[in-house]
Amino acid sequence: MDSEFRELYQQIILDHNKSPRNYGHLDDATHVLDGQNPVCGDHYTIYLKVKDNIIEQARFEGSGCAISKASASIMTETIKGKTIEEADRYFEWFHKILTGSVDVNESLLKVGKLAAFAGVADFPVRVKCATLAWHTMHNALHNKKERVSTEEDEA
Amino acid sequence: METIIAATPTTLNFDVQNIRKNFPILNEQVHGHPLIYFDNAATTQKPRQVIEAISDYYQHSNANVHRAIHTLGEQATEGYEEARRKIARFINAESEKQIIFTRGTTESINLVASAWGEKFVGQGDEIIVTEMEHHSNLIPWQLLAEKVGAKLRYIPFTEDGTLDTSLFETLLNKQTKIVALTHMSNVFGTINPIKKIVRLAHDRGIPVLLDGAQSVPHLPIDVQSLDCDFLAFSGHKMVGPTGIGVLYAKTNRLENMNPYQGGGEMINAVWLDRATWAEIPHKFEAGTPNIAGAIGLGAAIDFLQQIGMKQITLYEQQLTTYALERMTRFKEMTIYGHAPERGSAISFNLGSIHPHDMAQFLDQYGVAIRAGHHCAQPIMRKLNVAAVNRASFYFYNTTEEIDAFIDVLKKARDFFDF
Repeated sequence: MDSEFRELYQQIILDHNKSPRNYGHLDDATHVLDGQNPVCGDHYTIYLKVKDNIIEQARFEGSGCAISKASASIMTETIKGKTIEEADRYFEWFHKILTGSVDVNESLLKVGKLAAFAGVADFPVRVKCATLAWHTMHNALHNKKERVSTEEDEA
Repeated sequence: METIIAATPTTLNFDVQNIRKNFPILNEQVHGHPLIYFDNAATTQKPRQVIEAISDYYQHSNANVHRAIHTLGEQATEGYEEARRKIARFINAESEKQIIFTRGTTESINLVASAWGEKFVGQGDEIIVTEMEHHSNLIPWQLLAEKVGAKLRYIPFTEDGTLDTSLFETLLNKQTKIVALTHMSNVFGTINPIKKIVRLAHDRGIPVLLDGAQSVPHLPIDVQSLDCDFLAFSGHKMVGPTGIGVLYAKTNRLENMNPYQGGGEMINAVWLDRATWAEIPHKFEAGTPNIAGAIGLGAAIDFLQQIGMKQITLYEQQLTTYALERMTRFKEMTIYGHAPERGSAISFNLGSIHPHDMAQFLDQYGVAIRAGHHCAQPIMRKLNVAAVNRASFYFYNTTEEIDAFIDVLKKARDFFDF
């Protein structure tokens, strides 16, 4: 097994895939949005409860590969209790991690568990798996109503 | 448990190790492991004989066909037309004039939907397909239906991945203009009861198109015995090159069809305001064709016939039976498709491991399988799964490779820990 593969499927990712946190419907959500990857069939619904600019609750439902599910799970943990601006900043960091343009060791304090996704940068086809929940959350927060799709046109 | 047509070992005379020597790519290593190529329903590997036929053509005979009055032009034309004759013999067509070269199965079906469909299918007419079609035998008919105002109707499949043919007769009526279906499912491996379908359709004068992309590479094919009106298949799934495929059609069908594309090669006489068409098959081959591809496909057919299609079928049945027996020992295993008559494509899921994670894991051990919706999203929707894994074998695969594959499946189960 290659070290790149081990980096991709880190223990924390396998753990969140097996036991996703904040999984399930949120009754009093203020923001709800669906996201899907039509090429591989991954699909998630993101639920957010925002009050006074603070994300009080973040939950998700749906199914997909280990990378996409762990990403959704860790995302909900990361943004819970944060302001909208802070969530936006995590969204940007996450993109930098996936494109390998941030040194996660230096930035570990800032990004926390998100550093686990640094290995995705070596597998370009899996980047969309990792970003699906994040794009959906970002659009939901900013009240973009259209369903998120990782492809311009559905395959 | 699956019931498989039992292969009769006494009639099988198959030296797989010797056959493998003809495929240079089978010596490749992937992530430090010998390549185990189980993605043959997507495309197959090429033997040295096919690679050399293409290379020889470009080194010694390259010229345009049916035009040049010079030695190379004659050689190229002869090579191209000889390939057409080989294909005709391979599927037992009455004449090589019934063989049209296309880019592949998809183009062959689009050709029929366009050149035949737009002439013979109209407002209120009906086109019958099945629920288990590859997108390539679904979308061309959707496009035609939209264009002419026709309607699609569907033969459903049952839980074991076989067609519910009891409903087929109820779908047939005066508006039915064509029945288009796959000979062998690329997801379930099911071999469909073509002769029965053709007989019921022909009783009412309705033509039948067969998608042979998965069947022609694996089964002996006799178009006269099947009695289908159209048969579409691809070179690259039968050890031939990509970009070359075939449409077989009965002569009267071809003669009554519109041309497909306009251009050089497909004409008889041309004026500024009109033209007359070349005789079949050239009427459907506008522009310079894929000459090297056709010659490569001819070499592929030579290679397959040297082994023998009956031998290939028998050997693959043994492999498939063996694989299914070993795979179903996992208690977490789901196999999609349990048809009594089936080919060597096996779709599966192991526990809750997502197919993309599974394919990525298997690749780490050199095993190439397909993961996804297999260009058959309506099937996935009916099965209520987003994606499945598919292992698909060809005659150069071995039981030892299946053993190695099973070992990696065990490792995957432990890695993803359920």
